Amino acid sequence: MEEKYIKHKYEPIHPSKDEWPVVKLARERKEFVKKVADLSEDRILKLTGNNPDILKEELETTLYREKLRIKQNPWVVDPDDDGSFWSGVKSSLVQISTEAGRNKVKKFQEYKSVLNSITARYAEEIASNFKATHYKFTRSVVTYGFSRLLNAARVKGFKSIFSNQYTLQDKIQITGETDQLRDLATKGTVVMVPTHFSNLDSILIGWVISVLGLPPFIYGAGLNLFNISIFAYFMNSLGAYKVDRRKKNLMYLETLKTYSKEAIQFGCHSLFFPGGTRSRSGMIESKLKLGLLSTAIEAQRANFENGLDDISGKIFIVPVTINYHFVLEAPSLIRDHLSITGQERYYKENDEFSNSYKISKFLIKFFTKGSDISVSVGKAMDVLGNYVDVDGRSLDKHGRVINTRDYFISDGKVSVDNQREEEYTNMLGKRIVEEFHKINRVFNSHLVAFVAFEMIKKQNRKLDLFDLLRLPEEEISIPYGEFKASCHLVLDKINELKSQGLINTAPHLSLDMDEIIKRGMENVGMYHAKRPIIQDKKGDIGTDDMSLLYFYHNRLTGYGLEKLY
Amino acid sequence: MDSKNSTKPKYIGVIGVGSFGAAIANILAAKSPVMVYARKQEVVDEINASHSAQGKKLSENIIASNDPEQLCKSCDVLFFMVPSSGFQNVVRTFSPFLFPYHLIIHGTKGLCLNLKDGETLETVKKIRRSQILTMSEVILQETVAVRVGCLAGPNLSKELAQGQPAATVIASKYNEVILEGQSLLRSEKFQVYGNSDIIGVEISGVLKNIIAIASGALAGLGLGENAKGLLISRGMVEMIHLGNALGGSIKSVMGLAGIGDLVATCNSVHSRNFTVGFRLAKGESLDAILADMDEVAEGINTVRIIKAFLETADLRAPITENLYRVLFEDLEIEDALQFLMKYPFNVDVDFV
Repeated sequence: MEEKYIKHKYEPIHPSKDEWPVVKLARERKEFVKKVADLSEDRILKLTGNNPDILKEELETTLYREKLRIKQNPWVVDPDDDGSFWSGVKSSLVQISTEAGRNKVKKFQEYKSVLNSITARYAEEIASNFKATHYKFTRSVVTYGFSRLLNAARVKGFKSIFSNQYTLQDKIQITGETDQLRDLATKGTVVMVPTHFSNLDSILIGWVISVLGLPPFIYGAGLNLFNISIFAYFMNSLGAYKVDRRKKNLMYLETLKTYSKEAIQFGCHSLFFPGGTRSRSGMIESKLKLGLLSTAIEAQRANFENGLDDISGKIFIVPVTINYHFVLEAPSLIRDHLSITGQERYYKENDEFSNSYKISKFLIKFFTKGSDISVSVGKAMDVLGNYVDVDGRSLDKHGRVINTRDYFISDGKVSVDNQREEEYTNMLGKRIVEEFHKINRVFNSHLVAFVAFEMIKKQNRKLDLFDLLRLPEEEISIPYGEFKASCHLVLDKINELKSQGLINTAPHLSLDMDEIIKRGMENVGMYHAKRPIIQDKKGDIGTDDMSLLYFYHNRLTGYGLEKLY
Repeated sequence: MDSKNSTKPKYIGVIGVGSFGAAIANILAAKSPVMVYARKQEVVDEINASHSAQGKKLSENIIASNDPEQLCKSCDVLFFMVPSSGFQNVVRTFSPFLFPYHLIIHGTKGLCLNLKDGETLETVKKIRRSQILTMSEVILQETVAVRVGCLAGPNLSKELAQGQPAATVIASKYNEVILEGQSLLRSEKFQVYGNSDIIGVEISGVLKNIIAIASGALAGLGLGENAKGLLISRGMVEMIHLGNALGGSIKSVMGLAGIGDLVATCNSVHSRNFTVGFRLAKGESLDAILADMDEVAEGINTVRIIKAFLETADLRAPITENLYRVLFEDLEIEDALQFLMKYPFNVDVDFV
């Protein structure tokens, strides 16, 4: 292989698992859940302005929505007593409002106790069930399973099942600021924010974290994943807490945020997928879900309020991009994206798993070829998006050391100002997106997909996106010579951007252009039954699936490269 | 703020003692001790010795310094009141001493360019929005301060100095900046409104200067109130479209910083921008006018920047375009007026 990556063996930063924050948290689970419930109650009371009437209304709204959820959208994972609990809430509410002889203060007290029973239930439901033994087991299963698969695929013959020639690290390259990440994780609290393209990401990132010798990170995983008991086992053992997307009521959201904030303050390293969900379009997330991100800022402010001004109380944001040649779910993701953005202008065509021949072709490929994945770890930042130095001190644009605490100061004291923190969250979100673009690694497959799509678009200037995507695939053909010239043009621009630190590239992009194109075409969406890019007998470029080509092309939007066309 | 921390009283900082800076410093000084920054030692000495700056009377509650570090250390809140041409440099001078706890409010109605080294407006000719910086964007780019606001509205320095009633708007994304500015500035004679659309407010204040020059030109031609009414109304439409293209909301143009300031400036012989237009119409050349003005007419530079921006924006702005030709391409004002009268505006209001 001409691509040289340092295969590095990282020692665990905390050799003894008793020192893992997440283990400490698991030990104190009961107290922690109680604390989260009580703090959430306080938050909600503050939001309702301590007004019994508003509180009552919020309780009723929550009750109504929960009843509706139980009726219309029940899941296996829902506890058996869901129905009876909410019926209980209902009768308490009826009782409080109808029974005479209560004064206002008494009523308010009773509403508060109903509220607490709800936040306690939510907190219990959200909290993770981390067990260190399960974690270790899961980790070895994942590592073992993946490497078996790889070896079976790449070293021919029966014995290959037991071969150790290829390890996972041959296929998944971890690059970037790994040493800084390891170092800061021993000193402060890390919040990792990766891009999200595939359901594989959670498992992949979990593996990356353990390869880097870091203690497990806690992260929010969709409750739907817990429906499947084997998944639930894995998720729990990876330190996942549960996020139920069905519950959008104030009380649930506040409890969730409190959980995240308190866990960060507790010192648990956390992981958010800031895009909230997988990127449907294939673009790098540009609008982030800021809800959980705001908890990192809140936790940082709370640490300052509590006088934790040194590095032990500091929170570091670490952006991470995951780069694939191939996203398993790409066809359904892009279809979702197009039907949302195009509405009636986009109609679905029958899907690609249409016949067994195609499915078997897919399976054979999956087991005989590999697909490189790279994970780039970005520079750590403070919660305002300033880079930090080796000692975790924040630096301004001119390299001067500044104190993150100063951002929360007014009149000389650390103060709580929700509106201010909302703006800070927006700023942090923008910084993360900026960093994503900088550390994004361009693969040969991204390059060819981008060029092919832009050239087809140029050939059909008059068509808008949706007409373009409906263009009959047979009519699309780009002469190889032009295609190659165009690839050169885009790659030159990418290299120019790279020299300015605005993007990164994989080493294989320094190969000869014919080789880059050849490999790029092999790699792009390699397991899809319908290939995004094909080459005819004359060597000219075409496609089997415009939408997929669009999906892989999107990886390079946001850099102004379209302007070359 | 001064009363809360008795051991070390904090000053309110004002950077720049031009006519507007001096007027704001005086308003601030009614409530808090103020420290002003002037670059020249003799101005500092004059303020500290005789409480006046180049003929403008200053309150006794104001002291002066030419040390940026001293200002940054003594003040948590700073008002930047310098012309846009020097703004970037002044901010760079202060940048090493500013920290994230500083609140910065500026009162400059101009634009800066964000070009690469060696590029100038003459060489690039066309500019995109990302190459234009409002003053708050300059502050955010050059310093580590984030809690930034701006001050805009019909605030003619002469009238403020006489203590006539007036109002202003403080715009910031941060409520605390608006509240702080209000508590520092508000008085019986000075009303302070808040707005969260800082870009919209800054852009309104900037764009109105263009219309003010045109208004001066109409007055210089001896035209009457009908013409002025026409100009203000069409000028407002142009401001709205330009403001939108530059990232401001329509609402801000409708407010104090937009229409409020537009009406005040278009009627005022005190306004520098108005004066430029007036003298142009009387037949003086631009160079001659600029040569004997002691303070900057921001509108001139704004016209050049907006003209270059129009080259990349899918937008027509006939008043600005024609004013540009009058200022820099020797088009006669009468011809520009003729052109505008023939311009096919059909719809009165096309933005709501």
